[in-house]
Amino acid sequence: MSDSRAEKLDIVEMQRIASGIRKRVLAHTISNNGGYMSQACSSAELLAAMYGGVLNLAPLDGAINPPNFIGVPLVGTPSVKNYKTGAQFHGVKGASLDRFIISPAHYALVVYAALIETNRLREDGLDFFNKDGSTVEMIGAEHSPGFETTTGSLSQALSQAGGIAIARKIRGETGKTWVFMSDGEFQEGQTWEALQASSFHKLSNLRVIVDVNQAQCDGPMESVMSIEPLVDKVRAFGWKVSVVSGHDLPELTSVCLEESNQPHMILCYTDPVRGLPLLNERRPVLHYLRFKSSEEIAKYKLAYEEMVK
Amino acid sequence: MSYEIVSRPHEQNFIDWSKDKPEVLVLTADLTNSCEVGRWRDIYPDRYFSMGMAEQNMLGMAAGLAREGFEPWLHTFAVFLYRRPLDQLQMSIAYPSLKVRLMGFLPGIMTPGGVTHQAIEDVAVMRSIPNMTILEVGDATEAESILDIAHAIDGPVYIRALRGEVSRIFPKNEPFKFNTARILSTGSDITLITSGIMTEEALRAVPLLQEKGVGITHLHVSTLKPFTDPIVIKALETAKYGVITMENHSIIGGIGSAVAELMAESGSGVALKRIGLKDTYAHGASQKYLMSEYGLDAKALVGEVEKLMSQEFNISESELVEVRTVSVHSSAKAEAL
Repeated sequence: MSDSRAEKLDIVEMQRIASGIRKRVLAHTISNNGGYMSQACSSAELLAAMYGGVLNLAPLDGAINPPNFIGVPLVGTPSVKNYKTGAQFHGVKGASLDRFIISPAHYALVVYAALIETNRLREDGLDFFNKDGSTVEMIGAEHSPGFETTTGSLSQALSQAGGIAIARKIRGETGKTWVFMSDGEFQEGQTWEALQASSFHKLSNLRVIVDVNQAQCDGPMESVMSIEPLVDKVRAFGWKVSVVSGHDLPELTSVCLEESNQPHMILCYTDPVRGLPLLNERRPVLHYLRFKSSEEIAKYKLAYEEMVK
Repeated sequence: MSYEIVSRPHEQNFIDWSKDKPEVLVLTADLTNSCEVGRWRDIYPDRYFSMGMAEQNMLGMAAGLAREGFEPWLHTFAVFLYRRPLDQLQMSIAYPSLKVRLMGFLPGIMTPGGVTHQAIEDVAVMRSIPNMTILEVGDATEAESILDIAHAIDGPVYIRALRGEVSRIFPKNEPFKFNTARILSTGSDITLITSGIMTEEALRAVPLLQEKGVGITHLHVSTLKPFTDPIVIKALETAKYGVITMENHSIIGGIGSAVAELMAESGSGVALKRIGLKDTYAHGASQKYLMSEYGLDAKALVGEVEKLMSQEFNISESELVEVRTVSVHSSAKAEAL
């Protein structure tokens, strides 16, 4: 660890955040009869590490209320210039501060939970989830808490973050631009275009953290379209690549704070049923959890009670 | 009629124009010299970013730069700005209404590069994208003055750009005016609306038709979206026999369609004839050959006027003023494309 912030990182607090994310998403999934549960299980530690101290973000005065949707950005209107994105939940921007761009917008529920656990989004923020007129949308867009870009069409964030990283490099800013990606996005060609361009333009201020949970909408990635060997591929594209267990917070945070003179990608291999083994019964398709019977709901309620004990 | 031919009107003009605008960047996708920004790159290397043949990423990176307050000017062939990377164009650039300038060269059938290089439905696609402004260059004066117009728009702008040897039809001191048609002639029988290179083509036939007593209101339109110009709306209402549109594009979704929409909404009862590609792809051949093959020429215009007025004017092809045609191999172009 070469970053002085490393010594200040509170692993115990990160564990609390990760556990809070799983609980919140499970509670929400039970009460709404549906949710992106496996994504919470796989990425809880990853997002806990990011929001829990890896990211150098400006503090907020307190948790922000999720704003109502005020309309889309519209050319020729004053609102375009001052359009408030969900990046406001990451605090004011600054030259020495980090940026955090969420790529897989389907993780929105998990991101909102992470923002609540880190006192950036109001405690009852998930009550507005998928409610008409709310910005706490199911597939987050740039008005949604934590979102700075509109990336529900997957794999478009890395290019945009690369553009932001170039801009910050031109301005001589020292802060990093981070992107959170899912492994499924490595099936899209644009990801590889962005990887080659980022190393070509020497974007050493660019960081990517990936939830390699090996699961996607149709089922296990190995059965849909294999992306392995991912580490070799990304390395061959000119990136520094680290491989970690995505649930090992000390290892994860340590690697995240490493210095690099190349763009740096941290591949977090994760377990999509971590902390909720009951989800194993849903294999092979884990993408979205909707209960099939009252018996199943009862089982998940029991699991929730176990979790909060 | 012959016009002054300007060689590479964009090249030096863009260099001069960018000088005091540090926020202006250039992104290219391996067509730098072909889009007349090779010298720009050499003069402003810190503001030039080669993105390689990877347009989806180029559009995304442009979006990121624009979010940070830079103004990226993407230079490539028109087809590569909207066909392959349409989702990126819409979600990364158009939705957030970012100040990205898309310089699309080789609009319509201007290239022997064939179907893969001919942007024949770009206006149709772009018109349907919210927040998008569409401009089209019609001559060297517009190639020069379009930069200020695009620069001032607080959102994405798509430009059908011209390069190489370009005629100067409009005086240098009469620059591009946003959403304002140029009135090239007035008359009450026919309203003719042309854009881009079709204006020069139409001007081969218009004087001959006028000599035969046809009153023609001829408008040159360079702002394709928004399409709300009162000059255009008025001219559509005053045509006695009908309206003709002429575009270097498919007749579906371009200026012909935009005019049809305005006419239908205003309840105009006259006929509309759309000159353009009739729902077909084209192929690799010279511009002149293709314009004749697909009926995008002065002869086609005469034919449509005759149909609308139920008259024959006996104008022979040799009478249609021979305008210059650009040779495929020219020192003003980086390659024969």
